[in-house]
Amino acid sequence: MEGLISLFVKAIFIENLALAFFLGMCTFLAVSKKIETALGLGISVTVVQAITVPANNLILTYLLNDGALAWAGFADVDLRFLGLISYIGVIAAIVQILEMTLDRFFPALYNALGIFLPLITVNCAILGGSLFMVERDYNFAEASVYGVSSGIGWALAITLMAGVREKLKYSDIPDGLQGLGITFITAGLMAMGFMAFSGVKL
Amino acid sequence: MSESKKEMLLDPLVDNNPITLQVLGICSALAVTSSLKVAFVMALAVTVVTAFSSFFISAIRNFIPSSIRIIVQMIIIASLVILVDQVLKAYAFDISKTLSVFVGLIITNCIVMGRAEAFAMKNGPVASFLDGIGNGLGYSLILMLVGVIRELFGTGKLFGITILETVNNGGWYVPNGLLLLPPSAFFVIGLLIWAFRTWKPNQVEARDFKIIEQEGGH
Repeated sequence: MEGLISLFVKAIFIENLALAFFLGMCTFLAVSKKIETALGLGISVTVVQAITVPANNLILTYLLNDGALAWAGFADVDLRFLGLISYIGVIAAIVQILEMTLDRFFPALYNALGIFLPLITVNCAILGGSLFMVERDYNFAEASVYGVSSGIGWALAITLMAGVREKLKYSDIPDGLQGLGITFITAGLMAMGFMAFSGVKL
Repeated sequence: MSESKKEMLLDPLVDNNPITLQVLGICSALAVTSSLKVAFVMALAVTVVTAFSSFFISAIRNFIPSSIRIIVQMIIIASLVILVDQVLKAYAFDISKTLSVFVGLIITNCIVMGRAEAFAMKNGPVASFLDGIGNGLGYSLILMLVGVIRELFGTGKLFGITILETVNNGGWYVPNGLLLLPPSAFFVIGLLIWAFRTWKPNQVEARDFKIIEQEGGH
């Protein structure tokens, strides 16, 4: 249990997907102009991440891993090379299902998040979360915790970024740095801020 | 080579660079640039995948129903990335370990997807192939520039060969450790964008608000 809590805190602050591993940067830079939209996208990413990481964990354990197909009588089959294509397939399918479910049962939420959902399929934070889960050999419980917490970490980063950018648009920035340039430098300063957490030992 | 083809290949290098202007494929540009060797392998992998995925997608573009085109593109891209991943694991295992998840993340690299969607779906296979190579090179250019700055000033080496003798080894250069840490990647790319846009002022973005000159001095 303690291990899971420390994993939770670590994934949000110390190993923040956006600021320490640069995942989901394209959307991070493109959709962080307003706090409201940034928060909406952050929540959608957290939800999708919380479902896809454990789902991919199950796929890995019961279908792809070395000897995982023993229950079907193929004990010496290793399908791990199919990993990438399976994970992205699972992510695309889950996003699609989530979109349809929200549309049918929670139309208000669908209207708020709807435009972001298709974007999420190609958000590298989502695929990155699943790949980190594979690389670090998480079990199902760890994968569930990691999914939720890495999503929260990403949402936190993009919301903070949007807050800074809302104020930033009133300032006098050199022409060449206008827009993208200054956003990069802001993100760099934020990443430095988050590095302060790396001293926390859990 | 005809004029338009040359343009297709060279245009994405500076005038329409995927990273500094189109804001595509930034994740990996930031993450793999702390060492030049790794950045080089990554740049090569992305160029190959972009070129071939554009080529194949363009070749079958008339047979893809538009409602499922994203998933078809994804499958082509993912298959190519799996090939690259397996080749790297077989012939350059150390580098593939350092790149870790970022080889897999070429799938969601917006350059590949973006060029497939914006160019390959509308143009012939050869043109798309060139466009893919051009954009791959534009990406590589930035990656190598950032890689050179970070490795040279962070460790005093290039491709692992000592250029600036560091103080620890009895030389004169005090390495700047910050350049090896994640935040520096943001700074270096931000400053590169500044340099590019000072050079090509037509890339400057419009301001949201005008700063009004104050009358009557201070």
